[in-house]
Amino acid sequence: MNPIRISAYTMTSALGAGRASHARALIEEKSGLSRCSPDFCALDCWVGEVKGLDKPLQGEWAPWDCRNHRLAALALRQDGFDQTVKSLISRHGAERVALFVGTSTSGIRHTELAFSARDPASNRLPGWFDFECTQSTFAAAEFVATYLGIRGVRAVLATACSSSAKVFASAHRAIATGLCDAAVVGGVDSLCLMTLHGFHSLQLIAPQPCRPADAKRNGISIGEAAGFAILEPNEPVDLGLLGYGETNDAYHMSSPEPAGRGAAAAMRAALARARLAPDELDYVNLHGTATPANDLAEDRAVAAVLGTELPCSSTKGWTGHALGAAGILEAALSLLCVEEGFLPRSLNTGEKDPALSCHILLEGMRRPIQRVMSNSFGFGGSNCALILGRPA
Amino acid sequence: MTAIHLSGIGLAAPGLPGWSDGARVLSGESPYVDAELPPYTPERLPANERRRASQVVRLAFRAAEDAVRSSSAVLSELAAVFATADADLAITSRILSALAQLPRVISPTDFHNSVQNAAAGYWSIGTSAQRPSTTVAGHDASFAVGLLEAAAMVHVDRIDTLLVAFDAPAPEPLLEKRPVLKPVAVALLLTAEATASTIATMQIELGGEYTSVLASSALESLRTSNPAARALPLLELLAKRQAGAVFLERAGRQRIRVAIEPA
Repeated sequence: MNPIRISAYTMTSALGAGRASHARALIEEKSGLSRCSPDFCALDCWVGEVKGLDKPLQGEWAPWDCRNHRLAALALRQDGFDQTVKSLISRHGAERVALFVGTSTSGIRHTELAFSARDPASNRLPGWFDFECTQSTFAAAEFVATYLGIRGVRAVLATACSSSAKVFASAHRAIATGLCDAAVVGGVDSLCLMTLHGFHSLQLIAPQPCRPADAKRNGISIGEAAGFAILEPNEPVDLGLLGYGETNDAYHMSSPEPAGRGAAAAMRAALARARLAPDELDYVNLHGTATPANDLAEDRAVAAVLGTELPCSSTKGWTGHALGAAGILEAALSLLCVEEGFLPRSLNTGEKDPALSCHILLEGMRRPIQRVMSNSFGFGGSNCALILGRPA
Repeated sequence: MTAIHLSGIGLAAPGLPGWSDGARVLSGESPYVDAELPPYTPERLPANERRRASQVVRLAFRAAEDAVRSSSAVLSELAAVFATADADLAITSRILSALAQLPRVISPTDFHNSVQNAAAGYWSIGTSAQRPSTTVAGHDASFAVGLLEAAAMVHVDRIDTLLVAFDAPAPEPLLEKRPVLKPVAVALLLTAEATASTIATMQIELGGEYTSVLASSALESLRTSNPAARALPLLELLAKRQAGAVFLERAGRQRIRVAIEPA
């Protein structure tokens, strides 16, 4: 594919709101993880919580009010992103700007609250609960479309933890088929009991902050995040989407194929689409969830495709695993690394697992870099690898 | 977008248990009789996965297997787009009920089956398909959202792609807030080149002033009962083997035009 310009991007996570707070946290080595409040969830675990989401959406946005859209709205206001989209729309027309948003649980936190407020006699849900504007998976896109004034083709991508990496693939397809002139891509996922207790039921939640690639890693820390980017074709590319690869493990619903074959195939497909050789990459932002099986399978895939010299790290120790928003958060972090000339270390990795052969960064590095691969893998065996940065 | 080829159709809805029976009803040859879908055992799922797969996954498989049955497609080589507004609200409801009482304990199988892409995951396992697969949601417009994604996949990568749209009713109390009233699944096998099983060529454009409806009031009420059933006007055109076009909602009051030329 020809590179597509990324003309704007932003992210909000436990590290803060907007690009500058992420750059600062990475350089000052401040994790966003904190102990989960027992008032919210009794599980002994750490979470990557975004601050400042307690205030309900007001006025015309009130019908949409839920944690997921509060997070989306907060993210859209950072780095002038909403204003940049307005100018994009004024150039192309609202019908010609597409929108692809990834999420895994959309506004389900709102439904959890509604289930706790059921009428004891009738079991009915409370009158204030609006399914279409909150829990509906598509609400993650419709709120953003309404907030930004986008009326072009739009979809929610819902492939669990690869969702908001795959938005780049869908946007490229929509652009290449002439369905739109430009695309906004993004992802939003917010903390809820369903994912905390769900991953706990699978014994995949760590009792301490997650430790990607560590010899003693024992599970994930769940985070929440939102991020967005603008893809503009037919523009000179300084920073852009260079390639992507999508595959399936076709192996198991919630465990990775142990040799990482599906992940490796996605990485090879991304290189082929970008027409790049492995040595033209400078860094891999790993999926690196910090479960024993995931990190091992990904390590094998990276070693098979890219060798064992290329610097790699997972940023989940900084932000937690943002699930359906992990893809866009880590794509945005990758772009930030290219712009800032910085490679983040694998935070919380004390002793690197000797079974892992890749070059896991145990110290952050300052050096100019051009191109990053960002990996995202999800339940159902859904794999997506992105290549972002400056064209070769 | 260039024309793509439609090389297989699958259908599962009350009174329309498969494409061959359904086409006779939609063409007007046979009357529509609303009848519950009989139970279905997916052919492509290994026994251990079949035990874990939910009713909603079985519904998706029913249409998917119907669509590929009479084609020569190599299933492991197909890309896939699954389109579902809400995936499995029965499982979601079970989890939400469990979370609303102490101690909060949910089933691990329920949790991994609750992801929106569960059907896509089971399909890739059942067919050993490692090609690109995605799952999209568009609320009541999910079928058109999925059709655009699948058509773009065929167009850009010249890869044959199976589109599977499905949704099923939630139990109460969610049903009152999300009235999907019938279980419906629709599958289309879209190919880059015409094949021996090609039924029609399809041309998709953005735009349209109205949404196509069905003349029969029973079928029209089925159309509005489920996001996947929004495909019925397109299936009616295909059942009648007529050239023509339908308008389907892609979001809110925005539409796509799908033109059909029988092979």
